[in-house]
Amino acid sequence: MIHARINGIRVEVEEGTTVLDAAKKVNVKIPTLCKHPDLPPTAACGICMVQLKGTDKMIRSCCTEITEGMDIITLTPEIVEVRKTVLELILSNHPNACLTCARNQNCELQSLAAEFGIKEELFGKILKNLEIDDSIKTIVLEPQKCIKCGRCIQACQEMQNVWALSFAGRGLDTRIAPAADFTLVESPCVSCGQCAAYCPVGAIYVYDDTAKVWGALNDPSKHCVVQIAPAVRVAIGESFGMESGELKTGKLYTLLRRMGFQAVFDTNFGADVTIVEEATEFVKRLTKGGGVLPLISSCCPAWVDFMEKFHPDMIPNFSTCKSPHEILAALAKTYYALQLNIPPSSIFMVSIMPCIAKKFEIHRSREMFVSGYQDVNVSITTRELVRMIKQTGIDFSSLPDSEPDHMLADYSGGGTIFGVTGGVMEAALRSISSFLTGKPLGNIGLNDVRGLKGVKEARIKVGDYTLNVAVAHGLGNVEYVINKIRNAREKGEEPPYHFIEVMACPGGCIGGGGQPRNINDEVRRLRINGLYTDDSHCKYRDCHDNPQVKRLYAEFLGEYGSKKSYDILHTYYRHRKEYKSYRETEFLGESE
Amino acid sequence: MPKLTKELLDTYKTPASPETGYIKVGMNTCGISAGAQKIYDAFVHKVKEKNIPIEIKKCGCLGMCHAEPLIEVKIGGKPSVLYGRLDREKALSLLENKSLPEFLVEESPGQKKIVLRNCGVIDPERIEDYLEKQGYQAIKKSIFELGPEKTIEEIKKSGLRGRGGAGFPTWRKWKSTRESESSDDNHHGRFIICNGDEGDPGAYMDRSVLEGDPHSVIEGMMIAGYAIGSSTGYFYIRAEYPLAVERIRKAIAQCYRYGLLGKNILQSDFNFDLETRLGAGAFVCGEETALIASIEGRRGYPRPRPPYPSVKGLWGKPTAINNVETLANVPYIILNGGENYSRIGTGQSRGTKVFALTGKIMNSGLAEVPMGMTLREIIYKIGGGIANNKEFKAVQTGGPSGGIISKDHLDTPISYESLQELGSIMGSGGMIVMDEDDCAVDVAKFFMKFCFDESCGKCAPCRIGTAQALKILEKITGGNGRREDLDNLKRICHAMQKASLCGLGQTAPNPLLSSLRNFEDEYLEHIEDKICRAGRCRELMKRPE
Repeated sequence: MIHARINGIRVEVEEGTTVLDAAKKVNVKIPTLCKHPDLPPTAACGICMVQLKGTDKMIRSCCTEITEGMDIITLTPEIVEVRKTVLELILSNHPNACLTCARNQNCELQSLAAEFGIKEELFGKILKNLEIDDSIKTIVLEPQKCIKCGRCIQACQEMQNVWALSFAGRGLDTRIAPAADFTLVESPCVSCGQCAAYCPVGAIYVYDDTAKVWGALNDPSKHCVVQIAPAVRVAIGESFGMESGELKTGKLYTLLRRMGFQAVFDTNFGADVTIVEEATEFVKRLTKGGGVLPLISSCCPAWVDFMEKFHPDMIPNFSTCKSPHEILAALAKTYYALQLNIPPSSIFMVSIMPCIAKKFEIHRSREMFVSGYQDVNVSITTRELVRMIKQTGIDFSSLPDSEPDHMLADYSGGGTIFGVTGGVMEAALRSISSFLTGKPLGNIGLNDVRGLKGVKEARIKVGDYTLNVAVAHGLGNVEYVINKIRNAREKGEEPPYHFIEVMACPGGCIGGGGQPRNINDEVRRLRINGLYTDDSHCKYRDCHDNPQVKRLYAEFLGEYGSKKSYDILHTYYRHRKEYKSYRETEFLGESE
Repeated sequence: MPKLTKELLDTYKTPASPETGYIKVGMNTCGISAGAQKIYDAFVHKVKEKNIPIEIKKCGCLGMCHAEPLIEVKIGGKPSVLYGRLDREKALSLLENKSLPEFLVEESPGQKKIVLRNCGVIDPERIEDYLEKQGYQAIKKSIFELGPEKTIEEIKKSGLRGRGGAGFPTWRKWKSTRESESSDDNHHGRFIICNGDEGDPGAYMDRSVLEGDPHSVIEGMMIAGYAIGSSTGYFYIRAEYPLAVERIRKAIAQCYRYGLLGKNILQSDFNFDLETRLGAGAFVCGEETALIASIEGRRGYPRPRPPYPSVKGLWGKPTAINNVETLANVPYIILNGGENYSRIGTGQSRGTKVFALTGKIMNSGLAEVPMGMTLREIIYKIGGGIANNKEFKAVQTGGPSGGIISKDHLDTPISYESLQELGSIMGSGGMIVMDEDDCAVDVAKFFMKFCFDESCGKCAPCRIGTAQALKILEKITGGNGRREDLDNLKRICHAMQKASLCGLGQTAPNPLLSSLRNFEDEYLEHIEDKICRAGRCRELMKRPE
């Protein structure tokens, strides 16, 4: 343990603790800008300066380890002056566009300027006109607003291993951009949106699709339907002053009806169907040699995109199941349309997702148009929904609970935990166990696949089979698992796993790029607990036990994994280039 | 070619050249750009054609830039003389035993040559020349007499401090690198890097040494590598120094041929390999953490220290990074003993320092002097005073990280400590002399522009601070300055000094602050009277004579 003092207060911390974290421990707040608790310090901004007592040297508290006997002063007029000047310098290189900025009232730089009480600009503006890159239509890059904190680059390169973003230029001309000034849509970007989640200012943000939703809601010829992803319900409350992880399912149903949606569905139902199909697929591969093992989950579109770009040799291992929201949308425009006798052309499906890559997924391939129309018309993120709620003036926190449209909304516990890392695996194993042995999985809480560890490996006994499974979240953790498979394949050995789940975002969908901001592991844990609580309160825990799922197969699809299921619920993969020219950016566009 | 053994090295002697006399042509970049190559070729051609018994040699740079191309002539049994500023025809006439008294030049007195001991003396492209000058005797002494600890001890006794800028004691860097834990205690456990990314405007002593005496730097690297327990060293040289790179590469190849690099050097168990890496021209890559990033193939960004490179450096391994001039001192210190070396110098600044004299000085060039010599002696005695009979105004030392020293301090003995007290630094040893025609504001603007151009952009204080400071200085020199601009400048400078991530940003305000301190009246003239007394700022009036 290290013993030191901060502003005279004794502090005892573990070796390797930074001055910043040590100060936090004794409730001394040091202002920061570039530092994010999830990411290693970039030491870029120069706001968190503190002083070693007795010297005139200032150090960065974010990246300096506290050492035995250190005596740190965090507040003197000189320190405040330096911090304030640095902040003013940053502001002099940042446009005053707060009123129309995507991050208005939600911007770390804006808050800091307010905290420092900056009232006038002593230094003239130094600004360059830099082009906005909204080519990819999932995230938007506005380099002029960038403060070069480097968080997005850490997220893109180190956390996600995508390397779509990097620093270009030097000195004052430094900016963030894909390598060689490709546009985002030409770059390897997989739209996981972690860059946008970590950006402290309005330099990277989600492409706004809310206008399309308002347009449809105001169009009397449209039959607007909506679905909400599992992760949305445990996070949206944060934007209205509620605790992370509190379940807001009932309020969301009410809200969406009041906003004008004619039917409110739940993506969790789609997740239940996904599991039934995926578990069937797995059992077929395991017992009948119907395809290669390990089976790799495919419900995360950023992961699918990543695999198609960087690991195309894994295509045969991928589950052909669509993601839950695509499954639900396909069913809405076929099954639901038939049942209610509404032409699918008039159905307008909005999906509310924690995810930015879903905006790409909704037109990624022909299979996303299985109804003859684009199955999901618009996918918006949790943050976009929050903005829409604020526009309606609805007081979210005082909304009563209500019921959804059960036919495509009722869900099992297995469906709801789709939103957390390990959840797909757990739900699938529950059904696999039943399919293989006819019995439910004994110990229903599979602790080994739960939690925030980057790669989780487990060995699970199901009947006569011992299944080796792996769960990875955060794309940067995938390589380890993939390489293990490759090595075995090269040596001609048995594959090391039977089943692999990957989610692109750390923590799974609950930590998605489109979720309310201020993410860190504590928030992730609370959201995860929220979904596990939902699971434990569900009447049915196993996806295939969901009576609405049974009804769907009985009335419409036939058997699990039937030809009809394959036609509607499954998709295919192909190798995509990491870099491509704009002409090659194969967007199918909207069908309408 | 035989691999050198300890014994062979002891008795090394090149075959004695016939006592016919020689002509040496200074063939560093400076000489070549002044026409030395043509002269050299003409000599070689003529001597061959007419069968004249005179040996034509190449050598490095004697440091007399003002007299390039420089030719040393020793023929006809007469003592050797130096000729400067000769053209091809005049030079050729020397072969006919003509004397050209009007072109005779002399080396400035008062120098003490340690680093430059072989520069301008030996042919840098011949290892044999270096061996003749006690070359590779020092590494032999380290290996067979001293051992690593005592080698470091000698350096400690010598008082040698880093010649690249900050003046960190070399022995401490080595000791810390030696004692830091490495995750790999085999071949690639520790590294030694020679920082040849010299980038200060007006400083070129490192180039001169690399070009003029590459083997002494290589030997310095070997000794450092041996002392810290490293078996791999890197030369990081800026790509704008192609001749230095070429000569170092040539010298490294010669060492491998002689068995002075590679496995079991001089039949000892010391293995050492050297490689070269080229810097792409970013000034910040002279900063050690950015330099490491550059060698690793990453963007040349500095990172916070600690951990220092001696603990966590290249590829995470303990790494010592020494400047060219520092390393060139090392063989001398080992051979002559640390104590001997420490007798030169003053206070905490021992040994000599090479200065690059440029600007409004009569004899521009390199001068190696014992530390403790006064600025006046360097400028007037060695530099020959101010050119064109103008009045001395100030001298800028330490490049863009240094400061401006006014004539009030001309009698300051130069040392790391005294320069710091004057608000400047030793830096790499650039000295830019200014006369009455130079404007203090304009000079500050020049250096701020340099730092602005060279800021890597990683940290906000430096990236935006240099831009804002430059903008304000441009405003002042453009005649639009206001009094409060000075307060803003000071505030920006203070924040940059305290909050910049690396040395570049922390020291970038030094020239500006020192010029403001020494010449505040000139700033006020610019701002209030719209006058530039030196007449440099075109938007302003010149003060009437």
